[in-house]
Amino acid sequence: MSTIQKPPTELPARREITTKPRFSDRVFRVVVTTGGLSSLIILGLILAFLTYRGFGVVRTEGFGLITSSKWDVVEDEFGNVVSQDYGLAAMLVGTILCAIIAVLVGVPISILSALYLEFYATSKIRTFLISLIDLMAAFPSILFGLWGFAILMPSAEYWAKLLNKYFDWIPVFEVPAPVFTRSPFIAGLVLAIMIIPICTSVSREVFSQTPLDRIQAAYALGASRLAMIRAVVIPFGRGGVVGGAMLGLGRAMGDTVLNIVYQVNWQVLFGVGGNVASLILLKIGEADMEETKALMAAGLVLFLLTLLVNGIANLLVNKLGKSGR
Amino acid sequence: MSTETLIPKPSRPWLATPKERFVTLQNFLLSVVSSYLIVLVTPMKGKLPLFFMFFFSLIILSFITQYRAKGKAAAQDSILTVVSVLAMSIAVVPIISIVGTIIARGYQGLHWSMFTQDMSQATVNDPIGTGGILHAILGTTIMVSIALIISLPIALLTALYLTEIKGRLSAPIRFLVQAMSGVPSIVAGLFILSSIVYPITQSYSGLMGSLALAILMIPTVARTAEEVLLLIPNDLREAGLALGATQWRTVAMVVVPAVKSGLITAVILGVARIIGETAPVLLVSGGGDATNLNPLEGPMGSIPYYVWKSFLLGGTEESSHRTWAGLLILLIWVLLLFGVARLISARAGKR
Repeated sequence: MSTIQKPPTELPARREITTKPRFSDRVFRVVVTTGGLSSLIILGLILAFLTYRGFGVVRTEGFGLITSSKWDVVEDEFGNVVSQDYGLAAMLVGTILCAIIAVLVGVPISILSALYLEFYATSKIRTFLISLIDLMAAFPSILFGLWGFAILMPSAEYWAKLLNKYFDWIPVFEVPAPVFTRSPFIAGLVLAIMIIPICTSVSREVFSQTPLDRIQAAYALGASRLAMIRAVVIPFGRGGVVGGAMLGLGRAMGDTVLNIVYQVNWQVLFGVGGNVASLILLKIGEADMEETKALMAAGLVLFLLTLLVNGIANLLVNKLGKSGR
Repeated sequence: MSTETLIPKPSRPWLATPKERFVTLQNFLLSVVSSYLIVLVTPMKGKLPLFFMFFFSLIILSFITQYRAKGKAAAQDSILTVVSVLAMSIAVVPIISIVGTIIARGYQGLHWSMFTQDMSQATVNDPIGTGGILHAILGTTIMVSIALIISLPIALLTALYLTEIKGRLSAPIRFLVQAMSGVPSIVAGLFILSSIVYPITQSYSGLMGSLALAILMIPTVARTAEEVLLLIPNDLREAGLALGATQWRTVAMVVVPAVKSGLITAVILGVARIIGETAPVLLVSGGGDATNLNPLEGPMGSIPYYVWKSFLLGGTEESSHRTWAGLLILLIWVLLLFGVARLISARAGKR
């Protein structure tokens, strides 16, 4: 006969089931969150310090900082500063002009290259070209700058002269004196070559997210590749492509090395003028305390400009990139 | 009675038929000839018109042949095909030209003694044999290493916050990291100048350069690291938690080891991003010509500064050789880093 054992009368202590994280996890979360906030802190600090240093100049110059084009410090014979004017208009126009030329030239090329990579290239060629484009994106800008100066400028000068010869009735292509080197046109071309890799990879990524069923549906309805791209890919990727272009614009505006080699002026083919980023580099070595503050203000303007462009770009990539027909 | 089994011959109807291939080849050859003739007849000279005329005639020829063979839609399609190939070549030509130019011009400036000497006893216009870029190589290495040590933890924590904690601030932080990757390098330099160099140290040093470079490096590393962390299947995390591990142990023992190779790629891409930065280095690390191994004190040279100086102050053949040799060394460095990154990610992809 078997005996049934009496169940133990004493129940084990109740275990507590909880969703409260352990102590180690709480520490982990605090540390990671702090680290995550660092980008916020760094951006805030950049803004704070540049504003702090440049605020005096922004206050005395007011809107003149952006609208006047005179950057001049007059000293008497004892080295005392008599009058000082800080205006960024010429530089700002130069920066924006270069960036616009870069986008006008670079973005169509990038979009078409992205279409080629995504829909035309065979897989071997695609892998190769994608790594080539990625490699180009990793190139330091000084490589582009000096290459443009040594190789591109002579032949681009020729094209600038050609443009001037046949289109000088358009005011933008007018040239007051026959100086064609170091013009915004050439700087814009080099910047265009520089932003092509970034724009191409962003557009390609957007295009590659096009739903395959829609592509196949278009083909099944008898569409040619052009018709498929027009009906499916372009409506789907429009926002993302615009965002990629804006990212390129942001990179083009912030780049210094190029702009110190090429000088800038609003008549795109004529080669005299200046630009914010290069101004800062040129002046900082010889600047006194007051002028340094003005340079900080210039940096602040550049920072806000690129922040704005990048912000809009990211909004477009994230919000519009997912929509489509 | 024997049944005959019919084995269908494999065919690939989507591939081009021999006839179509012949037409493509014919168009290609015809446009080579016609572009050559156009350049010969008209006053346009050089390789660039040849290049564009080739594609121009290719567009026209393929349009005509496609129109005759298949009609309007196919003809329009062929235009896009040719134009996209044209765009791709325009995008690829500069990179070949850049690499070619730098190698062709840079090797003249290379010299064995340049890896053992610095520029403290030489000017940029001296013969190539005297002076070298030891100081620049060491300076860049030191500055980039310090920037790496500073930025890697911050970037990794940011990526972990975005993928593991996914708190309320994820969206704004992702946005800020992207915005930060667009900060102009000169602004990073100005920030360090205004926040540390002017008020505190009052002097240039390599450490300041590293700080400015770290600001530029953080977003690149953080974004790449986030991308690889997102690729880790959630099963791994759930398995770790189901075994009773805390989140901290899951992340430290399971998630991070799983993305080790991806993190190495992220670091390499970040280094490639900052290695050629000129503006911040010019602004805050001074730029010395003598070998300086102490990042805390005294100006420190770097390769971009070396290139820059020989480009601006020179004018002689020697200085131009120096410029291109410096660029060549920079290029080799970037190519090596990129190749290693590719190798690692390819090996990780196979596993």
